Amino acid sequence: MTPVLELRNVGVSFDGFRALDGVDLTVQKGELRFLIGPNGAGKTTLIDCVTGLTKPSEGEIRFEGKVIGNLKEHRRVKLGIGRSFQTPTVFETLSVIDNLDLAEAFRRPMGSLFRRRRNVSSGVQETLERIGLATVAERPAGSLSHGQKQWLEVGMLLVQRPRLLLLDEPVAGMSPSERQQTGELLVELAGEHTVVVVEHDMAFLRSFASTVTVLHEGKVLSEGSVAEVQADPIVREVYLGRSRDQRSGAVVAAGEET
Amino acid sequence: MSGDAATKVGFLVGADTTDTTPAAEATGPGGRHRGREPRAVRTPGRLGRGPAGSGGLGSWAPRGAYVLFAVALLAFPRLVGTPTDARQWAEWLCYAIVAVGLDIAWGYGGMLALGQGLFFGLGAYAMAMHLSLEQVPDGSLPSFMSLYSDNTELPLIWRPFQSFWITVIAAVAVPAVVAMLLGLLVFKRRIRGPYFALLTQATAVIFALVLIGNLKLTAGFNGLTGFSTIFGRNKYAPETNSWLYDLAAVALLVVLGVAMIVVRSRFGKLLQATRDSEDRVRFLGYDPAVVKTIGFVIAAAMAGAAGAIAAPVFGIVSPGQFDYAPSILMICWVAVGGRGKLGGAVLGALLVNWTRVTVSDARPDDWQYLQGALFVVILAFAPGGFAGMISSGWQRATAKVRPRPSGHALELEEVPA
Repeated sequence: MTPVLELRNVGVSFDGFRALDGVDLTVQKGELRFLIGPNGAGKTTLIDCVTGLTKPSEGEIRFEGKVIGNLKEHRRVKLGIGRSFQTPTVFETLSVIDNLDLAEAFRRPMGSLFRRRRNVSSGVQETLERIGLATVAERPAGSLSHGQKQWLEVGMLLVQRPRLLLLDEPVAGMSPSERQQTGELLVELAGEHTVVVVEHDMAFLRSFASTVTVLHEGKVLSEGSVAEVQADPIVREVYLGRSRDQRSGAVVAAGEET
Repeated sequence: MSGDAATKVGFLVGADTTDTTPAAEATGPGGRHRGREPRAVRTPGRLGRGPAGSGGLGSWAPRGAYVLFAVALLAFPRLVGTPTDARQWAEWLCYAIVAVGLDIAWGYGGMLALGQGLFFGLGAYAMAMHLSLEQVPDGSLPSFMSLYSDNTELPLIWRPFQSFWITVIAAVAVPAVVAMLLGLLVFKRRIRGPYFALLTQATAVIFALVLIGNLKLTAGFNGLTGFSTIFGRNKYAPETNSWLYDLAAVALLVVLGVAMIVVRSRFGKLLQATRDSEDRVRFLGYDPAVVKTIGFVIAAAMAGAAGAIAAPVFGIVSPGQFDYAPSILMICWVAVGGRGKLGGAVLGALLVNWTRVTVSDARPDDWQYLQGALFVVILAFAPGGFAGMISSGWQRATAKVRPRPSGHALELEEVPA
């Protein structure tokens, strides 16, 4: 079966700094893949390459078998690649509904956008309920709390109905119960969709990850289940640095430090 | 991507998504909505204000204001206006049309267009060429040409303007096409902010220089003048002034109506979204360059229409009216009135020009200083302009505990004072 996402020997240089160096990555349909690694490991750069924000200096990226290296960002979205950002960016002057509606409407021909939205599409309505913002639907997004904005951002991703979702630290700044909800949502999404998550939070990782890819200094260091990766001596070396604490709690500390 | 490929992808996505089955139907097997709304869900009352999203009072207040404004605008000269006043007001109404367009580009789209004089001028010159030809028998040269050139027959570029309707269409279409080419060139290359502002300003300067440099075609610095008849009407008759006022008033109402539809449509929201975060819009699957170009084209077309009406109102059309200085003043009107609010743009254009004429009649030397001071004070203390002050005053008066949208006016590029 053609993998949903395939990176072959992808490299990125910023002024001589190798942000990514010969990265190979294969993500199959329906996977929930976590990307971890210390700061500067190239996790966000990798997502940027897939979504078109950064052009790789070498290598090949395929989405469902199709080479996407030369496509502009919005073209990749139209193909079915959606992403979220580390800091949630919602359109603060627009209402919650309008944020979701714009996220959904991108497949319409431009000309039809000149008509006013007269009602709420079923996709938007379902998403509103799913992300728990139905009661604040008419409020400007700028008035939401940080957590609500994060949910709105997730909602905007969902109404796009992408087949590949790339999430950059989706639970940063969330409360434990919100993390739990987000994790459950990710597990629910995987299967139908393919999900790639960049995350520092080890507790979150242990609860929800199926496969983990560890990046370090722009290279893939290790890949496997949570247990396999945690047992990998090289990973421990990189992640724990000086302290060779055997308790997994130390991994959490190392993650949260970054 | 070809339409075909888009269709295919839309289909795949629709078919692939089973967790949102009713929504998938919205995309349909064609992958496109063909302009129809996806199956609507009657929203239960807990959304507060019904399914229309911006329904309720919110959607009626602007319409009511529009009707009141229309009545006032058309009744005004019949109550107080003297004929010379009417011509003065007609000129200001043309400026208001430019301001409405500029508000779409700048207030809603965040594009600080410092060269609207170019589009205003293209419209004005188109109409002035037609009016120049109206003064002479069919097929003969406009009077300045026999002075400045040895042409024996009408130059090619002048010929279409013998027809009134071609002139009207050209006055709107030429600015629109120029704006489209300029917009695509600039926005596709992701040029924005101050670079865009300087670039547009340069276009207005170049336009004025081209007009001055082509004496034989444009009458150069002197411009086109001497329209003793305007569409068959005597230029000096008082009724002509009232007629021009009505023409400008109706045009303003049409433009304002179109602008209201545009800013409240999905496209209007998309334009605002692009203003606030161009990169985020890209990841919503839209090309911000296309969105901005459309906004810029709308602004240019409106400026062109205003120019076409302004030509007979001015009675003279010359390069100095359209170069960088007037173009910057247009920004001042919108800033003073309150950008991001269409009513603010109209208010600003009328208010600034009314003040200009009133003050410079009384104290001719002081207007420039006052204008500068007004602009600085407004930008420093009321970035939302007069419309911003009025609406925040209204909000306080009605004392709704509704969170105010954060003032986007502050986040955008600074305006050179």
